Amino acid sequence: MVAPAPQGVTSPAARPARPRRARRPQWAWRPRRARPGAPALLLLPFFVLFTVCTLIPIGNAVYLSLYREERSGLGFGGVERVFAGLGNYASALEDSAFRDGFLNLALYCLLYIPLMTGFSLLLALLLDSALARAKRFFQLALFLPHAVPGIIAALIWMYLYTPGVSPVIGALDAAGLQADVLGAPVPAVVNIALWEWTGYNLIIFFAALQAIPREVLEASVVDGAGPLRTALSIKVPLIRPSLAMVGLFTVIGSLQLFTEPMILHGAAPGVVTTWTPNMYAYTAAFERNDYGLAAAASVLLALAAAALSFLVTRFSGGRSTEAKGTEA
Amino acid sequence: MSISTPLKTRRPARSLPSFDLPGPKRRPSWSMSKTVVNGVLLLATLYMLLPLLWLVTAAAKNTGDLLGGRTLTPDRWHLGQNLADLASTGHGIYFRWYLNSLLYAGVGAALCAFICVAAGYAFHVYGFPGKERLFGLVLLGVLVPTTALALPMYLLASKAGVVNTFWAVFLPSLVNPFGVYLARVFCGGYVPGEVLEAARVDGASELRTFWSIGLRMVMPGFVTIFLFQFTAIWNNFFLPLVMLSDTTLFPVSLGLYSWNTQTRAFPEYYPLVVTGSLLAIVPLVVAFIALQRFWKAGLTAGSVK
Repeated sequence: MVAPAPQGVTSPAARPARPRRARRPQWAWRPRRARPGAPALLLLPFFVLFTVCTLIPIGNAVYLSLYREERSGLGFGGVERVFAGLGNYASALEDSAFRDGFLNLALYCLLYIPLMTGFSLLLALLLDSALARAKRFFQLALFLPHAVPGIIAALIWMYLYTPGVSPVIGALDAAGLQADVLGAPVPAVVNIALWEWTGYNLIIFFAALQAIPREVLEASVVDGAGPLRTALSIKVPLIRPSLAMVGLFTVIGSLQLFTEPMILHGAAPGVVTTWTPNMYAYTAAFERNDYGLAAAASVLLALAAAALSFLVTRFSGGRSTEAKGTEA
Repeated sequence: MSISTPLKTRRPARSLPSFDLPGPKRRPSWSMSKTVVNGVLLLATLYMLLPLLWLVTAAAKNTGDLLGGRTLTPDRWHLGQNLADLASTGHGIYFRWYLNSLLYAGVGAALCAFICVAAGYAFHVYGFPGKERLFGLVLLGVLVPTTALALPMYLLASKAGVVNTFWAVFLPSLVNPFGVYLARVFCGGYVPGEVLEAARVDGASELRTFWSIGLRMVMPGFVTIFLFQFTAIWNNFFLPLVMLSDTTLFPVSLGLYSWNTQTRAFPEYYPLVVTGSLLAIVPLVVAFIALQRFWKAGLTAGSVK
């Protein structure tokens, strides 16, 4: 998406005659005699750390997932690393606990992603409408849960789910409703995630809505569109790149689900230690000491994330990622 | 200081009389839809704020009142007692965790923001072969699920002998590909080429130009990246869980988790977990209230482009 804003600031109207070919400043292309080492030096810290903390671990995960550790003798001979091919992948996929984890995750995503996106989009549209008052207050108040660490959000809600401790459950009880939230872990976790992320994504949508050129909206009013029509037919299509970006990050974040169920584990009987694929990998590594299996589970999860994020960018307005790569 | 201007310029004159109001003939429904809109927003706000309010009141309760779900009244006010318990349990280990978190998040976020701005600046200012391919690699890095990396990183760290040390948590938190992307966007908005060219003409070296001109000009972007990275590190739970076993190295998040796992056997840990949670969110809430324009600018820059 073409974003004229930064240019609007940096290139004053004082030089209108110059043909504005690319977005790129022209001087960037001038061959530079001065110190070719400078850009390398500026890029070096990031890429060294990126290699050490991202690229090498990815390679290591793939490598580990292809090997199995076998104890020789009675466990006294140390461990031997044996090539296992896709054996670890097969044993992960054959394990019903791992498949159940993916099932839980799929249910969670099916519930959480549409609810969160719909919720934050609705609130952003309301906030963007001329009818809303106290916009700054609402923005801050709705965003605030994002400042709460995930683990603390999960703790707060765990207390609010616990009968006897929670005023919410107490009030429902008094009204004659028996709410067993902890007995339904998927909605319980979805609610925590909604609380944490709706405000954050709402601000992204709101910022995009505010950036829609005024003339476009005026034109739609002149054409006789009401506020609802304007919102659905003009505003939402225009912020599609933001929707795509939120969708992308939400998918990647959702698949890594770990902290919230980890806190509910113990309080909610349904949440076992392998409740999500990530918890499965953690348990495989640190309770069963089976690093090959854990690595295979991690790689499968990363592949699922890659496939889903590919689908999201493909079908929800791939233009945004294109723009990211070429223009920014 | 016009920090948020570059990202706001697209919709000028937002304060003009609103154009999407219905005309006079629809006047009767006007106040009703206004009530509905603000009512929905208010309900959402209550949903967001009431759990935090509960945390504030719960932090002032003792174990019995907390687990009994009794309403907080002035004569049941135990906040002081809870804070004293927090300070004394495990020889004040909680405040050790708090300092650790400040160190991991404060120093880590500052360094990370600097590294990101340096890389983003280089991507914006210089042309070199393979540049866009390299930037594509950075964008791919944004998509990598970080928790999938924690385990292989643990194994590498144990080979390198740094598992269960400060560095095992600190070094990975310096990497943020999305920060590089944001920095490049911000440099596009805040660092005009003319100024850099002038510095060059004046004979300043490339690094000197970055340090005393580029970095200064892109400071709002720096603060934004710092703020988001600070939050990310402060909230990070998975990496410390995997890497650390020495409780004196724990950040607050992991410390609270370890206390929470003990509450079954020792109910007196409940108020400690709750009061500790309240204290742990204070710096973030304060930062987000004080630095509103920065996080709004960050979310705008990340999405509108």
